[in-house]
Amino acid sequence: MGNDKMPKKNPLSAQINLSKFNSFMFEKASDEEKRQQDVMSESTTFFKDGMRKLFKNPLAVGSIVVLGLILITIIVAPMIVPYHYEEILSVDGVRDKGAKNLAPFTYSKLEQQYIDNGGYRFPHIFGTDEQCRDYFVRVVYGTRVSLIVGFFASIIVLFLGMLYGSISGYLGGKVDLIMMRIVDVIYSLPDMLIIILLSVVLQTILNFSPGSLLASLGTNMISLFIVFGLLYWVGMARLIRGQILSIKQNEYILAAKSIGAPTGMIIKRHILPNCLSVIIISTALQIPSAIFTESYLSFVGLGVQAPMPSLGSLANAARGGLQSYPYKLMFPALAICLIVLSFNLLGDGLRDAFDPKLKK
Amino acid sequence: MLKYIVKRILLALVTILIICMITFFVMHAVPGGPFNREKALSQATIDALNARYGLDQPLWTQFVNYMKNLLHGDFGVSLKNGREISDIIKESFPVSARLGLTAMAFALSIGIILGSTAALMRNKWPDRVIVFFSTLFTAVPSFVLATLLLLIFSIKLGWVPVWSATETHYLLPVMALAAYPMAYTTRLSKTSMLDALGQDYIRTAKSKGVPKWKMIFKHALKNSLIPVITYAGPQIAYIITGSMVVETVFTVGGIGTKFVSAINNRDYTLIMATTIFLATLMVIATMICDILYKLVDPRIKYE
Repeated sequence: MGNDKMPKKNPLSAQINLSKFNSFMFEKASDEEKRQQDVMSESTTFFKDGMRKLFKNPLAVGSIVVLGLILITIIVAPMIVPYHYEEILSVDGVRDKGAKNLAPFTYSKLEQQYIDNGGYRFPHIFGTDEQCRDYFVRVVYGTRVSLIVGFFASIIVLFLGMLYGSISGYLGGKVDLIMMRIVDVIYSLPDMLIIILLSVVLQTILNFSPGSLLASLGTNMISLFIVFGLLYWVGMARLIRGQILSIKQNEYILAAKSIGAPTGMIIKRHILPNCLSVIIISTALQIPSAIFTESYLSFVGLGVQAPMPSLGSLANAARGGLQSYPYKLMFPALAICLIVLSFNLLGDGLRDAFDPKLKK
Repeated sequence: MLKYIVKRILLALVTILIICMITFFVMHAVPGGPFNREKALSQATIDALNARYGLDQPLWTQFVNYMKNLLHGDFGVSLKNGREISDIIKESFPVSARLGLTAMAFALSIGIILGSTAALMRNKWPDRVIVFFSTLFTAVPSFVLATLLLLIFSIKLGWVPVWSATETHYLLPVMALAAYPMAYTTRLSKTSMLDALGQDYIRTAKSKGVPKWKMIFKHALKNSLIPVITYAGPQIAYIITGSMVVETVFTVGGIGTKFVSAINNRDYTLIMATTIFLATLMVIATMICDILYKLVDPRIKYE
């Protein structure tokens, strides 16, 4: 009875024993039946599906547009506006002493004279500050600095947190216990106090050889990154560890294991996609909190170095002439609020779109 | 349960010890001692001062001595003006504490009311208004809000005098401090209220014919408060201590202002004492909150 070409049928398996059939017993499918097999809608991936949902959310789209506009402004504006953020205004090589604290879109006497004589001055869109510098360019650069700080700080946090959290989550047992005790301790440190302490100390300790890339960034900026890296990764590490632990407990992981899927495949197909949404969301929410912290530090006077503006230090400087020039506070304050609000809304939108637990 | 409490207290103690160590050694890594002035002192004077304050001994000995004194309630004296630090804290902490507690009570009560209202009137106009404002206020840094309040109410309108250290004028700093936690509490309690309203026990209560107000207060609200409690504990400590920015804007003589000025003055002992004092407070608040959390919600397993 044994057919050599056919694999041997296991007595208990449900596999059809093909040796019992021959070609006469099959009939061809009709066209109608074939059409039934057509895919009704295009297959989507997790990412595509999430993006589709994200772009249906008007708040998220709005915040992407706002962030895009801010991004374009801070890239393009310094190319168009002929002033530099630390440049003290001068007309025809003569220092313009009257260009102090100008209101938006006004000119000083010297500039007005120059324009009357047929010259051209670029308007001071936000006016000037008390040291005769164009305020618009300063706000633009401040926004740049704040965004850079927020972005890099959250990348550092993401990287450290992911590494630590995934190691702790995967290994489990005693290693996990010890690693998590360390996290517990760092987590319970009061962050603002330690950040202030560290940034004071780091600013005095760090010395870079002049001309190097690090020196051009400024010690304050570097110390900000170090401080963020040292303190804020624990939240991310906890989150990722928790995710991995809870995902590891799921039945589908057990199912995958029981049908013999290799560990690498389980991590790639089952654990990572489920973690990814949480990682994306908390990174999006980490950026505004880093911007917040940076602006606090700058406000207290511990942020980026003096000639370089940041939104926080601009707001702090504006406090001095609050009574006479309240608009000077408004510009950087509005910029902070807009950026933070957009990132918050975008983060919420991402959560709604990408969190698998919220799927209906 | 007892085991958990003991474990939690141990963790808190370790944390406090580590905070003391970090503060101590980090502060001593700064170049330039407390006796660096614009007018240079003679080497003999510096040596004498170092010996007077025990700064000539090895770091570890200094640390051990410091901890010993700390356990006896002795924070040492300020290196700048020679005042007892415990006096400085005693004098400035109540100001910050009163400010912070008022702000937090305000933030929590209003936040819970607004959040629950939003959840109960889901997708109607009150919900939308509340969500709009709570989203907006989580994006406004407190120093911006503080400065704006100062500008509008004190300078332009003249309704409230600029801070004059009397108790009646807490209004503006309290508002500035409370805005963010209030917005956050609102969002938090809305989510948890919605969550609670969707639970089976609410359906049971409804089908039993429990009156609506009783259902909301006895079943839904009680359960929805759990995440708020977890948030509130550390936040109370944070707001009492972390109000430096608001204190700076309104020139309140609280502990936050003292901390910032101590850092600028390189006043080692004052910095350490303030950090340790505030950090201990925060750690203890978090610890109490964690323990309470487990007591309130029996569903959480003790590790």
